[in-house]
Amino acid sequence: MKRKHALDGVKIVDFGWIGVGPMTARELAWHGATVVRVETHRRPDPLRMGAPFREGKPGIDRSAFFTLANPNKYGISLDIAMPKGKEIAQRLIQWADIVAEGYVPGVMDKLGLDYESVRKIKPDIIYLSTSQQGQTGPHAQFQGVGLQTTSLAGFTHLTGWPDRGTGGVWGAYTDFIAPWYIIVCLLGALLYRKRTGKGLHLDNSQFEAAVTFLAPAILDYNVNRRVWNRRGNQHPYAAPHGAFPCRGADRWCAIAVFGDEKWRAFCDVIGNPEWTRDPRFATISGRKENEEELNRLVGEWTADFAAEEVVAMMQTAGISAGVVNKPSELFEDPQLKHRQHFQFMEHPVIGRHAYHAPAYRLSATPFEARMAAPCLGQHNEYVFKKILGMTDDEIANLLAERVITTDADLPEVGVVL
Amino acid sequence: MREKRKESLLGPYRVLDLTDEKGLLCGKILGDLGADVIKVEKPGGDAARNIGPFYKDIPHPEKSLYWFAFNLNKRSITLNIEAGDGRDIFRRLVRSADILLESFPPGYLDTLGLGYEGLKQINPKIILTSITPFGQTGPYAHYEGSDIVGWATSGMMHLCGNPDRPPVQITAQQAYCHTSAHAAVGTMIALHHREVSGEGQHVDVSIQESTLPCIMHAAEVWDMMGFNIPRLGDIFPSSRAGLPPLFMRVHWPCKDGQVTWLFGGAAVAGAVASTKALVEMANRYGMAMELKDYDWTTFDASTLPQEEYDRIAAIFTQFLETRTKAELYKEAVEKGIFLSPLNTAKEVSENDQLAARGFWEKVEHPELGDAITYPGAFVKLSQAPWKVWRRPPRIGEHNEEIYVKELGLSREKVLLLKQAGVI
Repeated sequence: MKRKHALDGVKIVDFGWIGVGPMTARELAWHGATVVRVETHRRPDPLRMGAPFREGKPGIDRSAFFTLANPNKYGISLDIAMPKGKEIAQRLIQWADIVAEGYVPGVMDKLGLDYESVRKIKPDIIYLSTSQQGQTGPHAQFQGVGLQTTSLAGFTHLTGWPDRGTGGVWGAYTDFIAPWYIIVCLLGALLYRKRTGKGLHLDNSQFEAAVTFLAPAILDYNVNRRVWNRRGNQHPYAAPHGAFPCRGADRWCAIAVFGDEKWRAFCDVIGNPEWTRDPRFATISGRKENEEELNRLVGEWTADFAAEEVVAMMQTAGISAGVVNKPSELFEDPQLKHRQHFQFMEHPVIGRHAYHAPAYRLSATPFEARMAAPCLGQHNEYVFKKILGMTDDEIANLLAERVITTDADLPEVGVVL
Repeated sequence: MREKRKESLLGPYRVLDLTDEKGLLCGKILGDLGADVIKVEKPGGDAARNIGPFYKDIPHPEKSLYWFAFNLNKRSITLNIEAGDGRDIFRRLVRSADILLESFPPGYLDTLGLGYEGLKQINPKIILTSITPFGQTGPYAHYEGSDIVGWATSGMMHLCGNPDRPPVQITAQQAYCHTSAHAAVGTMIALHHREVSGEGQHVDVSIQESTLPCIMHAAEVWDMMGFNIPRLGDIFPSSRAGLPPLFMRVHWPCKDGQVTWLFGGAAVAGAVASTKALVEMANRYGMAMELKDYDWTTFDASTLPQEEYDRIAAIFTQFLETRTKAELYKEAVEKGIFLSPLNTAKEVSENDQLAARGFWEKVEHPELGDAITYPGAFVKLSQAPWKVWRRPPRIGEHNEEIYVKELGLSREKVLLLKQAGVI
């Protein structure tokens, strides 16, 4: 029988928190893995309380920050800090191939759901712990999020202009590095388990994963004792290279001209104005030496055109260029439309809204948008009955004991993220 | 050698790596986990070997630190796949391979009969992973890309930099790193499917789409609220229900640089303790002023007027400017403050936590008479760990091993092909 998705049959219990853990499980869920996201109303995932909400109206099931990280998963509301909740968590672990958790190190130990405890009841479990700085070491308890780790790993220092403080890296940048490394390891671990029968523990430090993206800068320091600093959009051996202003409010296009041949093609595109014949710009070393003036002149030319027009002209001549897309423009980007990057699904509370497809397309086993991210506890009945085989009475008792949590268990707090 | 890698996640698999800088990291990731990754370089070596920085600043294709960084744990052969003999040899290699990584323009390999359809004839189980700026098909499929264009078209660039200056990229190649990581994910998902079903497939990776996750929830903010988040430099616009966003400082000046710190109160888990601890630190130096009088347990930024926020922020600024990055970070780790320094590569290299976890890997480069310290494991594994299996290869270092010992080519033939520019 032909399988529909690449990861049909893979089972994951997702005890994730905020970004990295949930996004890791999300990627596998797009490809058919069955993921049960375990949450509780008593300590809701901070993303559930973070904007944006549909029409700005907050609510535990209304955050598109949360849905971003959790499509195609089953969601249950279970307090695993209560003894009966822990028991049910253990039953889910028995069912699963992979356990993923992303709390500050020590939280799962206190709950008795850490790797060492879990492997006693499920010896071949593949168990992921992800945190900002890893499970061991003097800074393991670090309280920051991806925003802080982005600075710790060196990215923030390297962003912006040399005459100023940092220009800032948007968001929790390092959260968007660790998941892909983890997924490769998790899938490798499944193959390893198939060959050897052995499970394993994955200890991911998001800091460490991120540092690998700056490996050339690290090696330059380790070998040559050179420290890299931010330098706007300068490239070591391309000019012009940067973002240039275009017609309209805050509209830009990126252009990168490598080598003299592309430079001549670039000059043809812009109609060979007088200044392009300036001998200072004839060679790459001349263009690098006079880069500031070059960028100004290029910007004066681009400013008369729409970003899309500049890109079309450049690309026709084989020059690397692209629109600096605003978030709204991503929805209209012809290439993203072609790839159906935005996948629209119907959410019970938010309504029909957009999700991001994975970055790759598989020819034989495409990903599938199967269901919107869960409301808190949306799939209690399905998971407790169909996966764990509980009876209606058992479920009713757990509800009465507030082990399965409901809106009545929500804390009262404002909303800031 | 293959025997030794039983204790690795990907020991049984062979990868042919035809990528340029767009995809070099992908093969390294698979090689780090034990796969036999053969970098197929054009005769004379990969063009990416000419990218700096260089060992001791000596520009030489065997001394590129850039190339070292992304080619650890690979073997290298040189082969011109456009030459008839080169193609024949390549086809033989495809028979023993599980995965082929490439980053040519769409359609290029088809012209050599080595596109997915051609490869499938040779090895039906092969997984072909193709990395391009925008994907194999679509209106931009044949557009020229570059790292900055990936950063721009993904939407990430619009969100980075100061509001009164052009949008910026990080001063280091990033879009290609994201793409390589996503390519590794797509490849592994395809490999998993193959192990269950026996079926290979084509994995089509887009640089634009690989960089896109970095924009975090910016597209959702547009989708839900019709608002385009602008780049705000060191300010973060915290969205609030029924109120204008609160513009909060994210990066603060300190005595010897900058630190990242987002302060808050009751609404954010852990934020009360974090803010309290920094106020206590300021108080030790007699600089907490009116911050002492705030009740941080009930402090709620979701209703805070901007003017009041700015007043509080000014007091914090005055204090932070008297302390160094190291002092502040030490306190942050001990007391749970959401604060980190803006580290340089030097400070990353000297970081205590990375040292304590044994993150760094000293790799011998005998031909340089030196050892180079590399970033190590991206994930620590209790079994079958990440490992340095071999230093990055020299150009065609494994030609003999693969052409003569494995494929059984005679030395005479290798000599002929070498002179003919095939290997």
